[in-house]
Amino acid sequence: MLSDLLIALIMLTNFTLVTTSRINKAIQVAVVQGVLLGLLPLAMGLGKRFHILLMVASVVAVKGWLIPFLFRRALRKIKIHRELNPTVGYTASLILCAVGTGLSLMLASHLPVAPGSGHALFVPAALSTLLTGFILLICRREALTQVVGYLVLENGIYLFGLMLVEEMPLLVEAGILLDLFVGIFVMGIVINHINVAFDSLDTRHLAELKD
Amino acid sequence: MALLLILLPLLAAVLAFFTRTAALRTRLLPLTAVVHLALLIAALRGWGTLPPAAWLGLDALGGWVLLVISLLFAICACYAPAYLALRPERDNRIFSVSFLAFLGLASLLAQARHPGLVWVAMETTTLATAPLIFFNHNRRSLEATWKYLIIGSVGIALALLGTLFIAYGAHLGGIREPLSYKRLMLEAAHFSKPWLRAGFVLTLVGYGTKMGLAPLHTWKPDAYGESPGVIGALLAGGVTSCAFLALLRIYAVVAAAGDAGFAQELMIGIGLLSMVWAMVFMVRQVDIRRLLAYSSVEHMGILVFGIGIGGRAARFALFHLAANALVKSVLFMSAGNIHRSYASHSLPQVTGAIRRTPVSAWLFLLGFLAITGTPPFAPFISEFNIAATALAPPHLWVGVAFLVLLGGIFVAMSDTVVQVVFGTPNPNRVRTPYRDTFATTAPLVIALALSLGLGLWLPRPLATMIESAAALVEGRP
Repeated sequence: MLSDLLIALIMLTNFTLVTTSRINKAIQVAVVQGVLLGLLPLAMGLGKRFHILLMVASVVAVKGWLIPFLFRRALRKIKIHRELNPTVGYTASLILCAVGTGLSLMLASHLPVAPGSGHALFVPAALSTLLTGFILLICRREALTQVVGYLVLENGIYLFGLMLVEEMPLLVEAGILLDLFVGIFVMGIVINHINVAFDSLDTRHLAELKD
Repeated sequence: MALLLILLPLLAAVLAFFTRTAALRTRLLPLTAVVHLALLIAALRGWGTLPPAAWLGLDALGGWVLLVISLLFAICACYAPAYLALRPERDNRIFSVSFLAFLGLASLLAQARHPGLVWVAMETTTLATAPLIFFNHNRRSLEATWKYLIIGSVGIALALLGTLFIAYGAHLGGIREPLSYKRLMLEAAHFSKPWLRAGFVLTLVGYGTKMGLAPLHTWKPDAYGESPGVIGALLAGGVTSCAFLALLRIYAVVAAAGDAGFAQELMIGIGLLSMVWAMVFMVRQVDIRRLLAYSSVEHMGILVFGIGIGGRAARFALFHLAANALVKSVLFMSAGNIHRSYASHSLPQVTGAIRRTPVSAWLFLLGFLAITGTPPFAPFISEFNIAATALAPPHLWVGVAFLVLLGGIFVAMSDTVVQVVFGTPNPNRVRTPYRDTFATTAPLVIALALSLGLGLWLPRPLATMIESAAALVEGRP
């Protein structure tokens, strides 16, 4: 099945994401993941319905073009393009990601899926992508990598949402996509301010407030 | 009417963006607030007649929460122009736009009948309020904004996953879109239980992050501590009320499915944990803003605790929403005034405020007494009744713990508050020209008077509305 192949690819991108130290590459991989997700409804054989085609087009446009544009703009202004000392190292992150994927598979086997829908891989893939997002958010220090983590987290949720894609009202879909875009846009503005104030995007600078 | 309530503040926000004069722009805030409140009161007459298939509309629960938010917004908006006039060095264009947009989004959230739409409104509220926290444009507020944005967005993302879980549970139960809350509640018995339960846990975590329930509250002291007092009031009474409403909508579906017991245990647990956590961090807290932030964590805990106990306590938890919002607005804005006067918001710089800014100091003191449950203010009525309902056989020990925590929090908070209000003035204090004026204190006096009034007398229509709202929360559509 084509859709299962795409999902396997998406799960592989998770492993690439947690092992890369170059911010540039992490962004590219997250974008590829987003585009694969955007195309998934076509692989599921739903390409004949107008509202789904519209959705595929808008998701690919936002995740494959608008969001990378925002990231490129942010990257141009910063000096360091590498995650120099992450909170948790790359090997450890990879192990975490593998354990997370295993746990997702176990957890998903306890949750019922509609019989005959071909959705068996969706739940574990969605959960493991979600966990990958969390790993990036928690184990990295550069603010930009954390935004990539947020994007990956949203990708995982979107993958789960695809199980309901035939029914979901377009209004809600559009709202969610718009919020993702505006969210990353606002984070980009804040990142710019962080860069100006501290001349770096290391979130260790942001540790002044505590009890 | 439903659309008008949403579009009026959004249009005002657009207008504020294009207004050149700062003074004219700030006038828009109270004007919009008052018109919105009047429109809402007119619209509330029809809360019982909502067509089941509507995408937008006021029911008892949404109507009550929006009434609280609109009232709180009006108080904040009447205070804001005077505050902004004190800060001529900061451009208030973005402030005004975000401030007004919040009201429009809150109106969307309260009136949305589809769980997906509620989620969209909640996420947009987070994004719209982030620039308000960054108002001071310094490193500290930058850190607070970043934490608010990242933690809030991740939390909200989990709430989306939870909402999708519940939608999938409904899908497996054979219920087709569009899923209005009414239909979800009527057909909840057919849902797939594992998805429903997992979905509730995720929405509790997600919207709980936005409310600031412990241990998901870590952004809260920073965000409230670094933003202007008026924004603290709006966040503590407005944004948290929005998140609470979103959570209640999901809880109502779970309750309608006959699974309330499981959800109630979780809510009682997380409610008490929030109160314990808040109390621990209030002890010897030197920063008055952070003190208030922990008080907000405590009161979010009381809200979910009341819902967890259920029955009469759920009704008073909804009443507490109004009590908390009103008193928090008094506390945050009077603390803001004290901050203006001392150019600091922590001990030992801020002491003896009763001599420097007597009106604000009295408001701060009375607000503290009100929020900790001193009669006859409104929080006393709700806290007393929640405790009284809890102190019955199935929850007896939980009720005792609740009362002990309320007492502990009173003691922990009073230490700092007494020093701020009555302490000996610090000889090295910074001299600032700020003195209390009518414009910076009158809205607070009104808010305090309202909370006193609500404590003494609840008008009949409001009581009926809270009653229906509580029935809705408990799963009876």
